[in-house]
Amino acid sequence: MLNIALKMLFRDSAKYAMLVCGLAFCSLLMCQQSSVFCGLMMWTTATVRNIGAPVWVVDAKVEQANEVIPMRQIEVDRVRSVQGVAWAVPLYIGIEQARLGDGSFQNVQVVGLDTGTLTGRPMNMTAGRIEDLRLPDSVVVDQVAVEKFRRKGIKIELGTTFEINDKAARVVGICRVSRSFLGQPYIYTTYDRALQYAKPSRKQLSYVLAAPMPGISAKELAARIDKLDGVRAIERDDLFWMTIRWYIKNTGIPISFGTVVILGLIVGVAIAGQTFYLFVHDNLRFLAAFKAMGARNSTLAAMVLAQAFSVGFIGYGIGVGLAAWFGNTVLAKEAPPFFMPWQVPAFVACVILFICSFSALIGLAKVMRLEPAVVFR
Amino acid sequence: MNNKIAVRVENVVKSFSGGDSRVFALKGASLEARFGEILMIVGPSGCGKTTLLSVICGTLKFEEGKITVFDKDLGKMRNGEITRFRRENIGFIFQQFNLIPTLTAVENVSIPLILQGRPTAEAEKKARAVLEEVGLGEKFKSYPNQLSGGQQQRVAISRALVHEPRLIICDEPTAALDSASGHKTLELLKASALKPDRCVIIVTHDSRIYPFADRIVQMDDGHVIGHFDDHTQLQHA
Ligand SMILES: Nc1ncnc2c1ncn2[C@@H]1O[C@H](COP(=O)(O)OP(=O)(O)O)[C@@H](O)[C@H]1O
Ligand SMILES: [Mg+2]
Repeated sequence: MLNIALKMLFRDSAKYAMLVCGLAFCSLLMCQQSSVFCGLMMWTTATVRNIGAPVWVVDAKVEQANEVIPMRQIEVDRVRSVQGVAWAVPLYIGIEQARLGDGSFQNVQVVGLDTGTLTGRPMNMTAGRIEDLRLPDSVVVDQVAVEKFRRKGIKIELGTTFEINDKAARVVGICRVSRSFLGQPYIYTTYDRALQYAKPSRKQLSYVLAAPMPGISAKELAARIDKLDGVRAIERDDLFWMTIRWYIKNTGIPISFGTVVILGLIVGVAIAGQTFYLFVHDNLRFLAAFKAMGARNSTLAAMVLAQAFSVGFIGYGIGVGLAAWFGNTVLAKEAPPFFMPWQVPAFVACVILFICSFSALIGLAKVMRLEPAVVFR
Repeated sequence: MNNKIAVRVENVVKSFSGGDSRVFALKGASLEARFGEILMIVGPSGCGKTTLLSVICGTLKFEEGKITVFDKDLGKMRNGEITRFRRENIGFIFQQFNLIPTLTAVENVSIPLILQGRPTAEAEKKARAVLEEVGLGEKFKSYPNQLSGGQQQRVAISRALVHEPRLIICDEPTAALDSASGHKTLELLKASALKPDRCVIIVTHDSRIYPFADRIVQMDDGHVIGHFDDHTQLQHA
């Protein structure tokens, strides 16, 4: 009878189309919005993911990864003195002004890697070598820089020069890294040169990156370093989630996205629930005939459930498929962001499951109460 | 006709609560239907014919009296048993045909077999054979709205017969048909539904088809007021 139930559904094209469209739209809306939300949240943690060190040491008052409160240079040595530290290196990150050949300005994030080890170096070089940062005035720029400069009519390639705070910078490499929340290009250089680019100041150390010795976990090491006065040590994943939680708590981003997701839910419940109710209602006469002909209640219930969940499944497939396609083509340029971890489709699947169960329940209530004798009326 | 009793109804009472009053649709009705016959239940509108048919096939519960169908006491059967009993033993022809508009003729006809748990392919094969018997061999794949009223009724008859039930129940089978189609429908029922081990019960107030009855039970106001072997003997109110 499930076969019969599905034929009854699929051939009722108007209601079928309505149901599938409603659920597809609802899935698309929720999936797309959640993915953009996740994408934005990923942007907020770009620095953490690009650098990738196991333990991050910051000023005690820092609340999230994009907040830089400069520390004294001495902190690097204090961290090194903690038991269990395999290595500890400084990292500079600061927003500086780059001046282009045509005289226009561009804000950039200068990342100063430890001069000796280049710890935190970009993994994906599309041109040049990161080791060339040891040459005079050299920098490595990311793809965002290339893109932003190109829009201003300046082509960036190996050997291109520009100025950062009036000091010369020469491109020796181009890399591809995750872009940041505000979209300022990353300019990699050595720690020492980064301090020359930066405006002079008493405290200039942004982060101390550290790693544990074998046999000690990063979390354990972070806890040990954290005991030092005036600093805070955070394991990489903790910093990642701490940053995301901070943005969720302190910005309107979740509210605006949440509103759209709830809107999708309401639209889905309203359209799908109502249409399915109509569908069952219009078929009551025939379901009563089945009952008279000896169909069990459980058979009819299975039919209604099969109908509800098959439209759910198809609508969901179309919606999530469209969202993924949307993300991959329309948004491939990374603005706006789009990131669909498996939790997003799983979450949307739960919502669709809920909508279908809800719709089926309304239908079932009617079918169970149905008197087979009504067919003779 | 072999005179064995297929359905026996004894002093059955059935009432409906309509607001604050009770309507007695059956006030102690009795009848017998035998194998190998077409029994017609006739009477004016509202006299309880449909109600009687509903209690006989177990889609309605009754309050008093006794109904036996093929030696089974319906009053003593549990709901699930009655449902199963209907599935296996009763074929239905409804006044409004009740064909599913989104299913083809052959799919509609195969439903009783599918309800019995037969595989779709087997059920549809059997359904085709029955449709061929009633002269709808060309219309397997037609949807109900592509068929005339008479053709739809023939599909409905096929659906009632496909699982070879022993009791066939028809409520006003000609009410939605013109007299020529109605005539043909009864001829078809007589030819293909009626067998020595089967019983056909038809509820109607369409006097044009009375001549097809082997016996007639006349009802009025919830009572059976007479049994007749010939429609010319019917009492006229
Ligand atoms: N479900 C019901 N609820 C209330 N009254 C009913 C119901 N079914 C039938 N009746 C009443 O029972 C009486 C007999 O109805 P019915 O058996 O349909 O008559 P017939 O089929 O002979 O026209 C009528 O008065 C009708 O109004
Ligand atoms: Mg009636």
